[in-house]
Amino acid sequence: MTTTAPPRNRVARGRIALHAGCLAALLVMLYPLAWLLATSLKPANEVIASLDLLPSHLEWSNYSTALDGVNGVSIWRLLGNSLLIAGGAVFGNVFSCSLAAYAFARLRFRMRRPLFAFMIATIMLPHHAVLIPQYIIFNKLGLVNTYWPLILPKFLATEAFFVFLIVQFMRGLPRELEEAARIDGCGPFRSFFSIVLPLTRPALITTAIFTFIWTWNDFFTQLIYLFDPDKFTLTLALRSFVDASSQSSFGPMFAMSVIALLPIVLFFLAFQRFLVEGMASSGLKG
Amino acid sequence: MTTTGIPAPTARRSSATARRRPKHERQGAAWVFLSPWVLGATVLTLLPMAVSLYLSFTDYDLFNPPHWVGLRNYAQMFTEDPRYWRSVLTTLTYVVIAVPLQLALALAVALALKGMKRGKAFYRSAFYAPSLLGASMSVALVWRAVFNDGGTVDHLLGTGGWVNEPGWSLLAVALLTVWQFGAPVVIFLAGLQQIPAELYEAAAVDGVGKWRQFVSVTVPMLSPVLFFNLVLQTIQAFQVFTPAFAISAGKGGPADSTLVYTLYLYDRGFVASHMGYASAMAWVLLIVIGAVTAVLFRTSRTWVFYASEGER
Repeated sequence: MTTTAPPRNRVARGRIALHAGCLAALLVMLYPLAWLLATSLKPANEVIASLDLLPSHLEWSNYSTALDGVNGVSIWRLLGNSLLIAGGAVFGNVFSCSLAAYAFARLRFRMRRPLFAFMIATIMLPHHAVLIPQYIIFNKLGLVNTYWPLILPKFLATEAFFVFLIVQFMRGLPRELEEAARIDGCGPFRSFFSIVLPLTRPALITTAIFTFIWTWNDFFTQLIYLFDPDKFTLTLALRSFVDASSQSSFGPMFAMSVIALLPIVLFFLAFQRFLVEGMASSGLKG
Repeated sequence: MTTTGIPAPTARRSSATARRRPKHERQGAAWVFLSPWVLGATVLTLLPMAVSLYLSFTDYDLFNPPHWVGLRNYAQMFTEDPRYWRSVLTTLTYVVIAVPLQLALALAVALALKGMKRGKAFYRSAFYAPSLLGASMSVALVWRAVFNDGGTVDHLLGTGGWVNEPGWSLLAVALLTVWQFGAPVVIFLAGLQQIPAELYEAAAVDGVGKWRQFVSVTVPMLSPVLFFNLVLQTIQAFQVFTPAFAISAGKGGPADSTLVYTLYLYDRGFVASHMGYASAMAWVLLIVIGAVTAVLFRTSRTWVFYASEGER
């Protein structure tokens, strides 16, 4: 590149050092995950006693205990509850956020600028400022201890992050397509469903994946709204281990933790391109 | 733009624009598209904000009607509740530790990955994975075990269990946040890629060293991204909940050392049923986050450089 380029073997040595450094950092970072996997397969007496990551023999019974579930509720039930909530949230967010985004990105209406500014401001609004009244509203409607408080808000585009993400994407689409369609007599609804929405697919997929992962991981909202053990999600069921964790239950507890993490890991492996690109383009946090 | 009553701007429009359908028809469509958002913003955001402001001046236990007490909740918070101040101090300490550490680490890793030809995509994904997993209860439980008495950290450093040590427990929570530095790495990398190579070439021709290049080219060019991450991570750090809940079994212990603000708010509102008090806490949080954001925006004028503004 320049005249002062260092000799070739020094460059190579630098590159090797860089990779070594990165790999070392990765090992430290991935240690807690390896520990989780190892502990989920350890017999009870080895969990704390030894520093060894590898168990002396694989204790698969931890997993069969985990499958029995918590508080007499089977893990399948918990898994189903988690999936139901996450699925409802994904559907709601993709539906409502893409509608709002189309209006902000493509249509002209009175108050567009102030409303857009307000929408952006709600991204920074701490959830706690609206939490208690929302709880009171759902309580008055008799919906506490149901899944409605967890799903309904997603159908009302309350996660402005995603509206913004989709707006940004839609602004990048060529306007000529819709203008041509309009000359052919295509109204805003046709042009949204048949032209804009299909082209927005990458942003919608990003929205769907992030919504799934965030809802799956969410603890606070579920903690407030759900209290029947058979309505619990996997995350909430793990909470029972927070209060009472004698080391004898470590194996099954971490087996269940592994099961709870599995969908996120699978999503990550399947969609990492979308996730990383979506992050890079929007600044969404993981 | 939408003032249909004024003829002047319309008269200057080209004939192509004039052939458009009547404007109010498209306006109607816009409101149909917006209706879920409008409903949500009104019923689940604006109305709750107003209600929580009102409740913050009342005593309310969810079962009996709210009872107006004026500024008593605020007075109690600020003057009679040592646990409140404890939670404020804990949260500020956490923000000051976790946010700069996370961003500095993310920037360092992004710079290391930037020039890499092979393996960049792999490292980027691998470093990013904890950002998705780290918010889960599963990982919070792992954290508690690893930092517990007899856990890995105890074995390696001989420091005892951090989780049971008031002086160390908050650091364990903060490290769980720092561990999720992969998300800002991805954003920093995207930002670094936007910096034109000519700037570095010009600097190299002028014989500028690596450090000067970093200070005079990388930092100014990256400053909008840096600022964006700083604002976002700070706002989120003020609202930390799950790791503190998991590590302290929901109690904020030991000795209230992990009693972060939202954990205390949860405790007052949903455990002790003091909804009025919790609402007052929520409003103070809202104002503090607003103020911190405003201060960050104000100071950003001195160090954030936007290329489109031209020379400063």
